[in-house]
Amino acid sequence: MTEMERHTYDVVVIGAGGAGLRAAIEARLQGKRTAIVCKSLFGKAHTVMAEGGAAAAMGNVNPNDNWQVHFRDTMRGGKFLNHWRMAELHAKEAPDRVWELETYGALFDRTPDGKISQRNFGGHEYPRLAHVGDRTGLEMIRTLQQKIVSLQQDDQRDLGDAEARLKVFAETTITSLTKDGDRISGAVGYTRENGTFVVFEAPAVVLATGGIGKSFKVTSNSWEYTGDGHALAMKAGATLLNMEFIQFHPTGMVWPPSVKGILVTESVRGDGGILKNSEGKRFMFDYVPAVFRKQYAETEQEADGWYDDSQNNRRPPELLPRDEVARAINSEVKAGRGSPSGGVFLDIASRLPADAIRKKLPSMYHQFKELADVDITAEPMEVGPTCHYVMGGVEVDPDTAAAVVPGLFAAGECSGGMHGSNRLGGNSLSDLLVFGRRAGVGASDYVDSLGSARPTVTDEDVQAARRHAEAPFDGDGGESPYALHAELQQTMNDLVGIIRKREEMEEALKRLEDLKARARRISVVGDKIFNPGWHLALDLSNMLIVSECVARSALIREESRGGHTRDDFPAMSDEWRKVNLVCRPDGDGVAVEKKPLPVMPPELLALFDRDELSKYMTEDELAILPGGDA
Amino acid sequence: MTYNARFRIWRGDDAAGQLEDFTVEVNEGEVVLDIIHRLQATQTPDLAVRWNCKAGKCGSCSAEVNGIPRLMCMTRMSTFPEADVVTVTPLRTFPVVKDLVTDVSFNYEKAREVPSFAPPAELQLGEYRMQQVDVERSQEFRKCIECFLCQDTCHVVRDHEENKPAFSGPRFFIRLAELDMHPLDTKDRKREAQATHGLGMCNITKCCTEVCPEHIKITDNAIIPMKERVVDTRYDPLIWLGSKIPRRSSTAADKALGSGQNAQAEQHARTRLREKPSDRTARRALADALRAQGQFAAAAEQTRVLVEQAGRGRGARLDALSAHAFALLTAVEAGQLTLDRVEDEVSTTVQDAQRLVSTGTVLSGTHALHHLVHGRLAEAVSHAREAIAWDRDRVARADDLVTLSEALAGLGEDAEAASALRESRSLWPTNPRLQAASVNLRSLGVASS
Repeated sequence: MTEMERHTYDVVVIGAGGAGLRAAIEARLQGKRTAIVCKSLFGKAHTVMAEGGAAAAMGNVNPNDNWQVHFRDTMRGGKFLNHWRMAELHAKEAPDRVWELETYGALFDRTPDGKISQRNFGGHEYPRLAHVGDRTGLEMIRTLQQKIVSLQQDDQRDLGDAEARLKVFAETTITSLTKDGDRISGAVGYTRENGTFVVFEAPAVVLATGGIGKSFKVTSNSWEYTGDGHALAMKAGATLLNMEFIQFHPTGMVWPPSVKGILVTESVRGDGGILKNSEGKRFMFDYVPAVFRKQYAETEQEADGWYDDSQNNRRPPELLPRDEVARAINSEVKAGRGSPSGGVFLDIASRLPADAIRKKLPSMYHQFKELADVDITAEPMEVGPTCHYVMGGVEVDPDTAAAVVPGLFAAGECSGGMHGSNRLGGNSLSDLLVFGRRAGVGASDYVDSLGSARPTVTDEDVQAARRHAEAPFDGDGGESPYALHAELQQTMNDLVGIIRKREEMEEALKRLEDLKARARRISVVGDKIFNPGWHLALDLSNMLIVSECVARSALIREESRGGHTRDDFPAMSDEWRKVNLVCRPDGDGVAVEKKPLPVMPPELLALFDRDELSKYMTEDELAILPGGDA
Repeated sequence: MTYNARFRIWRGDDAAGQLEDFTVEVNEGEVVLDIIHRLQATQTPDLAVRWNCKAGKCGSCSAEVNGIPRLMCMTRMSTFPEADVVTVTPLRTFPVVKDLVTDVSFNYEKAREVPSFAPPAELQLGEYRMQQVDVERSQEFRKCIECFLCQDTCHVVRDHEENKPAFSGPRFFIRLAELDMHPLDTKDRKREAQATHGLGMCNITKCCTEVCPEHIKITDNAIIPMKERVVDTRYDPLIWLGSKIPRRSSTAADKALGSGQNAQAEQHARTRLREKPSDRTARRALADALRAQGQFAAAAEQTRVLVEQAGRGRGARLDALSAHAFALLTAVEAGQLTLDRVEDEVSTTVQDAQRLVSTGTVLSGTHALHHLVHGRLAEAVSHAREAIAWDRDRVARADDLVTLSEALAGLGEDAEAASALRESRSLWPTNPRLQAASVNLRSLGVASS
């Protein structure tokens, strides 16, 4: 009989990346007893890998910046499929959330007048990203981690117990959410160290589990990114929004094979790096789409002039939103103009002095030196697209981060809506802070609204959760979780990757059915003590649910937009822009339904030129705009 | 490009375990972590390893590769000759959970003992103003990815469980330095570092700096400036009073040893052992002090007690056993004990140590000396060379060079013998073994400087 721990909390936050930690800090500040549960050690979350920065319209570098400009850039980047209210809240609140980090001890790079410095990034009209060299995510995680420690020190001082009101359950995996009627009642999981089951009875659960990249073979994501929150939400009856939109970051490493997919930060381009094909041509000028033609330079001279004088020159096309750059690289390689290892060349060596490169991009310098034996101050890097981020996620209320199931909340990458069909670089770290905090407030308010009528976890719930988690040990079908995972990654990469076709996605869905059947025959070797085979078997069941959501939604959406490119439907469709695809559980599988995209109110629409809107919207929509008859 | 590599990997938990041998495929560009993953996928599905980003950014996959603390994701296979066995073992400073996974909770407990950033209360959101030059010093320390390799390599806590309560380690010295140098922090961190976190126990051997994957200059930029600032404030009456309270004699013994005052170290250690015979730091200091004075047999008496007191912890036990075997052998070498009398004890000790050994090379120096006293010179040379290739400790390297020099001299490789001796002398000029070795060399007609 395995041991079982039982805890009672007000709020349980699943995931200890930027969104989870910010949500937990907020819930604790609202006076709620809060638990943070995470699969890794405290402070190791995937957020540490974010390099570029946190986008916030503080206007420290260019005083013309403000929330309206940031809002516009975000909607453009997402091709107008974003939930307008999320984009609005995000643009308005990001500056305060970044400044708040300074009060926790963060040390961002500075402007000459001592303010937080801001850097240029793809899709952002002004220098906007607060950053620390190219390790901003690490700074953010460490800062939030240290804030949590400081709150624990307060509780040690005031209550004699550091963990009285805020405790981290590290290396603990949640495998099931429990419900009392239609409301969330808690979560059940196990500790990696010894396989002990842990039951959390809590009326509010915040999902902050990040993304799904580990379902793809070439990815910049760490092992944790197995779509746990997405899958837990589905199994609890919540809905997932627009899962077809997956961002392939244009610049991942392509050599050596074992590091294929590891990220090369967009800052390389923000700081002057350019993309070249095997013929030495700076090819991005050929790939500026009509909707962006006004904002991007047409000649190398103008593009190069922009770095020093952005008032009088337009931006270099290397800084187009990520989906555009990724597709351009894909096309160059397909046309036979790729680099030896199947990417293109990213050149910073000929653009900046060696010292400046080492100073501005220290971790890129080391990454290439140590993993590829390439000196980026002397030679170009080879780069290609890598699965980086999922725009789709748990459908939430923008203001409270509440999912459709009472008591369930979601923030950060595992929530959907904020980024539309494509996320701008830098908007993720700010998203984590803005909606992490909102989820903390939302969960606290919800707990307050319950009074003493709290949902409870029954023994049956616990036993069911346990049977699910232990199932891989009972299997005798001989399937290896490692082998199935490799097949899943290959399938998603090849058939639901950066460029998609109907037949291929239908084939993918067939293979997913087969993998689902085989996953039931997984046999795990060994015991419950830190057993990676068992961990992967459980993660795999989440990846399969999420992969099916991606493939089904991608098959249904017959247009190309942002992180969803259909070879058979290459154009953006005004009609499809009005549609959200919503996944809900359906027996053993996934059902997808169309729902209307919430309509942007007139005062926000007024921030855009009618010209620009006409590139995205239907005639009917444009007709209701002021001056619609003109 | 593809080849089959031989790996030895430690498997087990804190109570029991052993090195297991594997043969596994290696492809171009791969790192040690890739090979561990291939083993999981093909041979050992339950091999436990901690990892996250596989890009050197999260600091999860720390382990010892051929005895050197490293991130497995940043250790390229191309740095090892294809014929070599690659040995991977868990961090030695922390208890093993399973296989390559260790319990690093020590670090999270220490983190909670560092008082948090304390900004001026009157500053509002967005009002912080700091110059880049002023934040850069602290930014260097905030590069830390908490891989804890510095904690693993630090000899104050590596194999010294007893120092852990009083010593927070290099990771937290840079955290304190970071806060100390933060332009807007309002607390005194220097005294804190000295009083609560054991800064004084660090004798700046720079081992932490050497293993830092982020290339943070832990010793030069954090520890030494903090120590200097502590000295700067010595006229503060509180500090002055603190300095008058006698230190624990074992710490004093360690300190005396570090500065070469061996007789004084011996006295401090004996004083401390009279108060507390179970103080292993003091006993180790006594053994080291005796050995440094050439009293090898007396040193072996002390290392024997260390073995008896070592308990079940793998690291501490291994350390005691290898120290004891080495002490016995140096006593034989110096003619203070006869080989007949101690050979059984040496063999048993070495065998016991061998069972716990995790790096494959930890005992090479002992093996070399063992062969040497038996007159098996070629074996002595080969083991000594292996030991020197991996030695990170100055004293151990000096000793192994003496062994190498003597064995080479016996084989007639005079020039090489003399060069090894010269290098050894430069590392540890007062090593009493040097005299005997120099005499040996002179008797062979080898000039030694």
